Amino acid sequence: MKKRFSIQKTITYLLLSVAAVISLLPLYWVFSTSLQLKSYQDEDLERPTSYVNANPPKMFPVGITEYFEHWGKARDAEKIGDSEQEAYHRQVMDNIVTDMFSGFRQLFQQNSMGLWFFNSLYIGIVVTLGILLFDSMAGYVLAKKRFPGRNFIFWLIISTMMIPSQVTLVPMFIMVRDLGLMDTHWALILPDLSMVFGVFLMRQFMFSIPDELIEAAKIDGASEWKTFWKIVLPLARPGLAALGIFTFMNVWNSFLWPIIVLNNAKLYTLPVGLKTLQDANLADFKLLMSGAAIAAIPMIIVFLLFQRHFVKGLTLGGVKE
Amino acid sequence: MEISGAFKNAGKNLKRTGKQIRKNYAAYLFLLPKLILFTLFIAIPVVWAFVLSFQEYRITESNIFAGLDNYKQVLESEAFREALLNTTIYTVVTVPFNVITALIAASLIHSLGRFAQNFFRAAFYLPTVTSMVIIAMVWRWMYNYEFGLFNYVIGWFGMEPINWLGQTNSALMAIIIMQMLIPFGVGIILYLASMSSISESLYEAATIDGANAFQKWVRITIPMLTPSTVYLTLLSTIGSFQVFTQIILMTGGGPGYATETLVHLIYKTGFRDFEFGLAAAQSVVLFLIILVISVFQYRVLNRRN
Repeated sequence: MKKRFSIQKTITYLLLSVAAVISLLPLYWVFSTSLQLKSYQDEDLERPTSYVNANPPKMFPVGITEYFEHWGKARDAEKIGDSEQEAYHRQVMDNIVTDMFSGFRQLFQQNSMGLWFFNSLYIGIVVTLGILLFDSMAGYVLAKKRFPGRNFIFWLIISTMMIPSQVTLVPMFIMVRDLGLMDTHWALILPDLSMVFGVFLMRQFMFSIPDELIEAAKIDGASEWKTFWKIVLPLARPGLAALGIFTFMNVWNSFLWPIIVLNNAKLYTLPVGLKTLQDANLADFKLLMSGAAIAAIPMIIVFLLFQRHFVKGLTLGGVKE
Repeated sequence: MEISGAFKNAGKNLKRTGKQIRKNYAAYLFLLPKLILFTLFIAIPVVWAFVLSFQEYRITESNIFAGLDNYKQVLESEAFREALLNTTIYTVVTVPFNVITALIAASLIHSLGRFAQNFFRAAFYLPTVTSMVIIAMVWRWMYNYEFGLFNYVIGWFGMEPINWLGQTNSALMAIIIMQMLIPFGVGIILYLASMSSISESLYEAATIDGANAFQKWVRITIPMLTPSTVYLTLLSTIGSFQVFTQIILMTGGGPGYATETLVHLIYKTGFRDFEFGLAAAQSVVLFLIILVISVFQYRVLNRRN
């Protein structure tokens, strides 16, 4: 009995591990290609012109192993006092590092990668803060207050969640153009702030806050705003964390609308910048993967830091009625 | 008499409502910012999209009533038919596959210890938090004819290299394979959450009745997860009908119309050709298709219980 159990477990681990490798391989490939040696030449060895375009593909960044090889040789040369050899290997090491990171350097020097990164970051933060404030305000009164039109407003908002966002593309384009917002960040921020998913999520969350606390604040003479700000919001923190992370992720990754309204390269967000980068360098995969790596890292960090909030947000958002 | 009574009542009701509104003015103030944004950037555009779909509206000429011309043109165009067909094939293959594999993966993960659960959950969810732009770019690289990972891997099995994205007969398949190999992270997490809320006593009772693990899975776990399955199927079908990012970054809808999809066609019509009226009609049709499928799926999947 015991033995059969462990066989089952082994098979489970085996299957899941294979699936996990398939799942993570593309991301690994982004980072591996971004660091792969590209044009570096070493007179000692016969090399292909590029390890990025190698057949069969190099599964690991060659530069890393070579760097340590030369590091060892430089140390050996140092021991026997061969300063000429040592200097040579140190030079090779420098060249390897330069070549490994050449994609990143090119992105920041010849393209506006830093600017795109900054644009994505600040738009993400502005929209996230706005959504957190407006959606928790709306969610709070929709869950806790009784007033004429409450159900109508709620259902009006929720019913539009069923409509695919592409339906509004054309009218919004005409509107943004006529308002003179074309090629500005307002054209991204305002529509993003109007997303309604958070209202639904915060309303669900607000139900779990006990009425007694709100009543008590009222009896103590706190104004509506003070009650909301001092009592309700702190209690809603887990919901806010989940909503904030999802909003930031959506804004950071949003693509279709930004490529429609942004034409000025200085205003691009990261996804738009990556698309134009690919359009201009179709076959320079080291450069493209360097850009992809820079765009991927922040979300990976956010995810690893706040994993449980992701889980919470997903399970809160899942309709279970 | 009766009429004046009714008026009196209506007046009273109105007065009461007015009082209620005044008493709750704070609630309306709390709603105001979201309502303004919602009206401007969702409600008005949605209504406008329907209006536009009945108009001839281009960059130069606008507001010309066109009746059903746009819709006629949509339904008669080859591009739209190809896009609808491709999107449907893509959805019919990937959605069931992804939902079922998510269910299996979640079931396997659920049987493990806490640390292993967290590890695998993270491994399967990580691609979901990564922008589809990044995923599409790296898959385009992996599908590269000369140096791509894919052709190297199929070489192990003695297969000739394939020009995955460049041929009419393999491009859509390549897009589909890619979608199948990206784990359905949302699905796995939601299934895991629902599984931990299934009552242990059900399994205990089944054990007493002599059921084995597989029987328990089929008879208890899967039926108890039906609400999640319905939700996830709807969610991923809706998402699947909106497939766009992979298409524009990997194939541009080509070669020919081989990978044209509905949203990519809307994008091309609206923002490359600036046929606003036509694009609006296409997007209304997309909405109707999604609506019909959602209602249909909801009914069918819920019928069992």
